Amino acid sequence: MIEFNINDKKVKAGAGWSLLDTARHYGVDIPTLCYHESVAASGACRLCIVELKQGDWSKLVASCIYPVQAGINVYTETKRVQNVRRWIFEMLLSACPASGEIRRMAAKYGVESTRFPIHDPDQTCMVCGLCSRVCEEVVGLSAISTVDRGVHKKVSSPFLRPTDVCVACGSCVSICPTGAMQAIFDSVRGKPTMQLTQLTA
Amino acid sequence: MANPGTALKREDWRLKSAQDLAALQNQILASRDPERPEIVVCHGSGCMANGSPKVTDALRAALTEAGIDAKVMPGIKTTGCQGFCSRGPLVLIRPQGLFYEQVKPKDVTEIVERTIMAGEPIERLLYKLPETGEPVLTEQEIPFYNLQQRIVLHNIGKIDPADITDTIAAGGYQALAQALTAMDPEQVVAEIEKSGLRGRGGAGFPTGRKWRSALNAVAKKGRPIYVVVNGDEGDPGAFMDRTIMEGDPHAVLEGLIIGAYALGASQGYLYVRAEYPLAIKHLEIAMSQARELGLLGENILNSGFSFEVQINRGAGAFVCGESTALFTSIEGKPGNPRPKYVRSVEEGLWGRPTVLNNVETWANIPLIIGNGSDWYAGLGVPHSTGTKVFSLVGKVNNVGLVEVPMGATISRIVEEIGGGVPDGSPFKAVQTGGPSGGCIPYHLKNTPVDFDSLTQAGSMMGSGAMIVMDEGDCVVDVGRYFLRFLEEESCGKCLPCRLGLTRMREILDNFSRGQGSEEDIEDLISLAQAVQDGALCALGTSAPNPVLTTIRYFKEEYLAHVRDRRCPAGVCKELITYAIDPELCTGCASCARQCPNNCISGEKKKPHVIDAALCIRCGICKETCKFDAVKVS
Repeated sequence: MIEFNINDKKVKAGAGWSLLDTARHYGVDIPTLCYHESVAASGACRLCIVELKQGDWSKLVASCIYPVQAGINVYTETKRVQNVRRWIFEMLLSACPASGEIRRMAAKYGVESTRFPIHDPDQTCMVCGLCSRVCEEVVGLSAISTVDRGVHKKVSSPFLRPTDVCVACGSCVSICPTGAMQAIFDSVRGKPTMQLTQLTA
Repeated sequence: MANPGTALKREDWRLKSAQDLAALQNQILASRDPERPEIVVCHGSGCMANGSPKVTDALRAALTEAGIDAKVMPGIKTTGCQGFCSRGPLVLIRPQGLFYEQVKPKDVTEIVERTIMAGEPIERLLYKLPETGEPVLTEQEIPFYNLQQRIVLHNIGKIDPADITDTIAAGGYQALAQALTAMDPEQVVAEIEKSGLRGRGGAGFPTGRKWRSALNAVAKKGRPIYVVVNGDEGDPGAFMDRTIMEGDPHAVLEGLIIGAYALGASQGYLYVRAEYPLAIKHLEIAMSQARELGLLGENILNSGFSFEVQINRGAGAFVCGESTALFTSIEGKPGNPRPKYVRSVEEGLWGRPTVLNNVETWANIPLIIGNGSDWYAGLGVPHSTGTKVFSLVGKVNNVGLVEVPMGATISRIVEEIGGGVPDGSPFKAVQTGGPSGGCIPYHLKNTPVDFDSLTQAGSMMGSGAMIVMDEGDCVVDVGRYFLRFLEEESCGKCLPCRLGLTRMREILDNFSRGQGSEEDIEDLISLAQAVQDGALCALGTSAPNPVLTTIRYFKEEYLAHVRDRRCPAGVCKELITYAIDPELCTGCASCARQCPNNCISGEKKKPHVIDAALCIRCGICKETCKFDAVKVS
């Protein structure tokens, strides 16, 4: 067992646990959107950020991927943590205004409106990548992935075309935290315009 | 490649010991006549773009035509970037060491007739001292060069990078021979530790400590371990690494092989961006020539140590210069960074211990091994040893590549070596470290340029780009430029970076239109801190630096935008108007002819006027006017 402190309380973690695993084990609340226990953590949404402190030194880390170390002091509700969280929620409200889940979660942490312009009122996808991770890691296929980069990043099947690699298992839909995958799903498993598997046979 | 000495068969070229290498060097030097005239033409990317290959061709033709006796026939050598890019194409005449600038193909006949045959300098082509207008003959008399301390760049501009005999004549691979024959790997690592060398890629992590941690990781996890060169130089305005790879590829290779020997690696990677075709070409030539001489590959110099290296081309993503994104890119996956809570020296390329260093860092290794760590630690300042290469660009007279000891002040680099701002006014700010760095204002011009002082000033060393700005540059516009760049270049994985950079840019867009309030400036700072604290990799955590430093040092200018709806630098289009001064306007109408929106009118030889309602504020009229009659307010 590895002993350390969360919010000044002593906690014990098993080998290989992350900070988030330990915090949740002890009932300490940390919000997450891109985390799911069935796939590897990726540290993309950054909502699970916590502050490590040692005297004057401090550092913010993503708790879902930070391996526990003996003797560290973890704080989940500092000013810096709240500042990051607040801005992420506010930006999510403008980027994915149609997601009820995001609205509820943001409201829980005190963010109910956004000062940013809404460019797409129907958007629900925040490109957390859970769908593509579950497809690759659990289903064992890679029918979808995040494509492009930066502001243009989105979830899609290869070459933005329907693919017969998709077996329509629906894992991506059920893991999606915002319900966005329901809409994307149809464009993934539509009738392939090109039989990739036949070409390679 | 040129035949090294008198060896006849290819297999005979393989050097079998350090003595062989020394013998080859002596043989090459003995075969050269130091008094033989030589014309050196700069073939760095800058000079090539300015037409230096045409100058070289013209020189070849002119020499043949002049029918000079074979005994005194001068050699023509093409080298990597000589540094003084704004004066290119550059031509040096040896042995006199004459320095000719801005040479055109039409000048070459005169060069051959007067300088080569008659031995007299051509005044028109010489560099003139800016204060006195006096022409000077040689490089050593030019302040741009004689105020520098060229250590890493010592070979560049002197050797032909595509000919290994030139490198060997200049002492190349001697440090490798010394490491392989006289030092054990532990001694090499200890030497690097003692030198105090810090990584030249930007963060300044001590190289020796990185190597030591990698050795510890290998002790725990076993081999293989990989060594990687980060040649994915992507900062706007940076061209240090490109110049080193183009101009002295063997220095990078030698450093890498020494590192591989010290760390016990048998495979290395050169990750070079595909936008650097000349660098890739020269590295490929260097690799094959080193292989032929037995300096790379199986059983190097018969020491029993074998090492292979391959080139990976980056496909144009800025984020792939970040270490973990670079690894996933080499692995054949999309270049997304991964969290670095487990360090790359323990879990890097293919999950193995990996040492990744920047091009300039690797090029420093042979110098440290060859001259000793004490010599190296004596250069620069105690916590930042050695020298640093900077690319000096923007509103500065002497655009080019400079190398100075660490701790030289900004004033020395920008004003003394760089010659200051073209119109003679003091510079407004210097942006160091590219999009991840910050702006340092004029009143801090005595800040020593070393890792710690720059961080203290809110900027960072970065890879070494220095962008000089004058009063005509608007800090809001500069912030927008860097954010737009990073918005496109962010991998998009983590939310603070993907969403935050766009939101920050949108706030600045509003400022540039005169919208927003003082409260918005405070919000911008708060959001910038959230991005700094929250982003996954160094691209995101450092992205707010340009904005934060400009708010810190130029808050008045931000306030002018939001409070007074005014852009003091006259850059933000929606806050400025163009007007013609009737006193100065001669009515030549050249601005009216150039105006793309046809909004300038007036009678011939009478003052013209701009229709402000139609004006798109492109600034072409101002550039066109010979009488400085177009004013911005």
